Amino acid sequence: MHNPLIEIKNVSKAFDGFSILKNVCFSVYSGEFLTLLGPSGCGKTTLLRLISGFETPDSGDILIEGKPTAHVPPQNRNLHTVFQSYALFPHLSVFENVAFALVCKKTPPTEINTRVHEVLALMRLEPYAERNIKQLSGGQQQRVAIARAIINRPQILLLDEPLSSLDYRLRQSMQYELKQLQKKLNITFIFVTHDQDEALSLSDRIVVFNQGEIEQIGTPREIYETPNNLHVATFIGETNIFDATVSHCDEENLYTVIDGIDIQCKRCNDFKTDDKLHLIVRPEDIRVQNVSEVSDTRGKLPGKIIDIVYKGTTVDLKVELSSGTIINASEFFNEDDDELEFSLNEPVWAHWLKGWEVLLPYEK
Amino acid sequence: MKNKSLSIKLLYTWFLCFAFIPLLLIVVTSFLSKDAVHLVKLPFTLNNYAVLFTPLFMKIFIRSLLISTITTLVCLLLAYPFSYILIKSKIKTHLLLMIMIPFWTSSLVRTYALLSLLKGNGILNTLLIKIHFITNPLNLLYTNFAVISGLVYSLFPFMVLPIFNNMERFDFKIMEAARDLGAGPLDIFFRVFLPNTKKGIISGCILVFLPAMTLFYIPNILGGARSFMIGNLIQSEFLEMSDWPQGSATSIGLILIVLIFVYFVRFRGKKQ
Amino acid sequence: MKSKIQRLYLFIIYFLLYFPILILVIFSVNKTKYSLVWHGFSSQWYQVLLNDVEIWSAFFNSAVLGITASCIATGLGLLGCMHLFIHPHKKFRSLRNLLLLLIIIPDIVLGISLLVFFNVTNLPLGFVSLLIAHITFCLPFVILTIESRLQTLDPNLYFCALDLGASQMAALSKIFLPLLWPAILSAALLSFTISFDDVVTSYFVSGSDFSILPLTIYSLVRSGVTPELNALCTITLIISIIPILIVHKLTRKKT
Repeated sequence: MHNPLIEIKNVSKAFDGFSILKNVCFSVYSGEFLTLLGPSGCGKTTLLRLISGFETPDSGDILIEGKPTAHVPPQNRNLHTVFQSYALFPHLSVFENVAFALVCKKTPPTEINTRVHEVLALMRLEPYAERNIKQLSGGQQQRVAIARAIINRPQILLLDEPLSSLDYRLRQSMQYELKQLQKKLNITFIFVTHDQDEALSLSDRIVVFNQGEIEQIGTPREIYETPNNLHVATFIGETNIFDATVSHCDEENLYTVIDGIDIQCKRCNDFKTDDKLHLIVRPEDIRVQNVSEVSDTRGKLPGKIIDIVYKGTTVDLKVELSSGTIINASEFFNEDDDELEFSLNEPVWAHWLKGWEVLLPYEK
Repeated sequence: MKNKSLSIKLLYTWFLCFAFIPLLLIVVTSFLSKDAVHLVKLPFTLNNYAVLFTPLFMKIFIRSLLISTITTLVCLLLAYPFSYILIKSKIKTHLLLMIMIPFWTSSLVRTYALLSLLKGNGILNTLLIKIHFITNPLNLLYTNFAVISGLVYSLFPFMVLPIFNNMERFDFKIMEAARDLGAGPLDIFFRVFLPNTKKGIISGCILVFLPAMTLFYIPNILGGARSFMIGNLIQSEFLEMSDWPQGSATSIGLILIVLIFVYFVRFRGKKQ
Repeated sequence: MKSKIQRLYLFIIYFLLYFPILILVIFSVNKTKYSLVWHGFSSQWYQVLLNDVEIWSAFFNSAVLGITASCIATGLGLLGCMHLFIHPHKKFRSLRNLLLLLIIIPDIVLGISLLVFFNVTNLPLGFVSLLIAHITFCLPFVILTIESRLQTLDPNLYFCALDLGASQMAALSKIFLPLLWPAILSAALLSFTISFDDVVTSYFVSGSDFSILPLTIYSLVRSGVTPELNALCTITLIISIIPILIVHKLTRKKT
């Protein structure tokens, strides 16, 4: 890997005695779209403020291009922030807002004019150049905030939940626009969100945060398919969690017991006989079959259907297993397949393909 | 950020120096003894507080309480309907401005204006005599009536503003909903409107009662010996009799009464 | 019918409020000294005032005191408010408690406590003692006024300005001054008015060589009603009303 653009080294921060960030370490590479993902209050915004220089870490360092930033004020860092509330200057027009960074640098007026119009055109804001901020819609304001931040051609753009106040449709289209923009301008994006769908669809890599600590860093696929722990597994996407015990292992397989039934899993060197573990299966990986269609019931869990939700592309089932555990299964429709006829209280068998489960160490 | 945390330190020091410490000094002084030359001298004593319970002082305290309470009630009774009418009016900002103007002008000047109105050969008496309503001029000045009038006249806007602000936030659709559900006008008033404006009433009462107890120049100008109130007492103890310890004790007594009043009003308000 | 009674009620109250003031103003321009009958318009009493050196020096002193106290209180209050604004996550509990204390203290208690304080610290009573007292009671007011305007603003505006390359000074002058100036001016004007009209606190902390207008008026009032006093009071009223009208124009909510 080439050298990282930003290095966060053992950074900790506390406010009023409350620890917000605990010993955070990771790197950001040039040109990537990195997302900081986590629930509200887990420290993502604080980390962003540390990177941009509005706060200083209590311990640890932040290096940008290899140089420590401890005494570099925000004005001198080659990065800009797009705030969640947009923070547009209410008394200035769209043009003046976007031009602000250039005005601070004392750029000559002719150059300001050309560059502002260039960026306004890029963000499709040309017709609104002279308008007052308050007259714009949420989506337009957001684009002004982005325009204002990119006009200086920063190396890094920090975005603090920029899409959270937009409605669903607008959000989807803005997500696409942001991704395109990032690729076009080749700016490194550090994107903060609590929405896991957004994180999965936009990012090159995701850093999953929980209560000030990093739980996992990886590509969206890695995070989704091979979560490190229960928190990451449950935060991203839907999951079914089974408590299981390892009964024995051989070269190919690892055998667990769930609710008294032997389940065959793919071999995993982290676990040995008699270990307790969590077995995670995503709803879309669970296959539910009517009793009549199943001949061999080995490795399958018995239960009955307690809820059916038709969702257009899928049908989501809630199955109550004999042991009382309730699992969610999501079956995709296939017109040729008439196996997807279910009725309430119907007895069924649930199982998944060996290897599609994720085994995690047991946590209380 | 350095020059700005300086401002916080400055503010903090200022308040500490010129508000908190002086207050502490008063508390300390209240336990000291009077000295002719140096104003205070050492033997700590509770005498100053004991004096507060003598009949003479108690009389003044009770009189002050009575006058302040009556003032507060009169202000409330006048200001409440006034605010209500104001809220409903189309020109309420202008009407509010016309209340704000006396609020911000010197209440000393306004008290003086009232003086010239109420005195023996003043406008009021002259008018009343001219229309043969009375034959001899009324002795309005130097009475408790005059003092109360003066206090109400000065403090009326203080009652209006919090009540007005509170009523402005009231959602009148609630009244419509109540009417829909069959409540009569008296019911609506006592069970819907009044409880929701309680906050404003409490604020207004506190804002009137406090100054009513402490404004010494109004009883001084409009009242006489019979209207001698706590404010006058403190003023006299400090400046005329130079009895600082006694003056301090009286002030602490005043603060305690005020705190009790505020607590009482707030507590009763919260109970409902 | 109902609205007629309501209007009548309003009218009575406003009449009662303004009538004494009106009489005062009218009799400041009445030609005669003792009668209550209108003898014609005259500005003689204002001319008498003009010649009264004592009153003019008291007036001048009050004006200087008011302007100085207002400027210092507004400046200090503004900087403090900005700092509080920029650090929304810090609580500043002790500062706020002290502020609350100051608001709760009745002005007579402030007056006597400062008197004791000045005595203990050997500060002579005069301009400085008055200035300190006036700044002290103006500060909470300035802070409240400016804070209530700041609360409508996004704290991120400051960080955003810095983020985009502005220095701290530039952020204040380019972003906050344009947004705050009505509130700052209001705070300053109203501080001036409070200071100019203050009687109770000033009564205890003023010395014999620095006379201020309200106390001069107070001693004159004790001697009785005179047309010169009416004229003086009228002038005082006008001086108080002008800032209020300006502030009203400034703080009118823009749609």
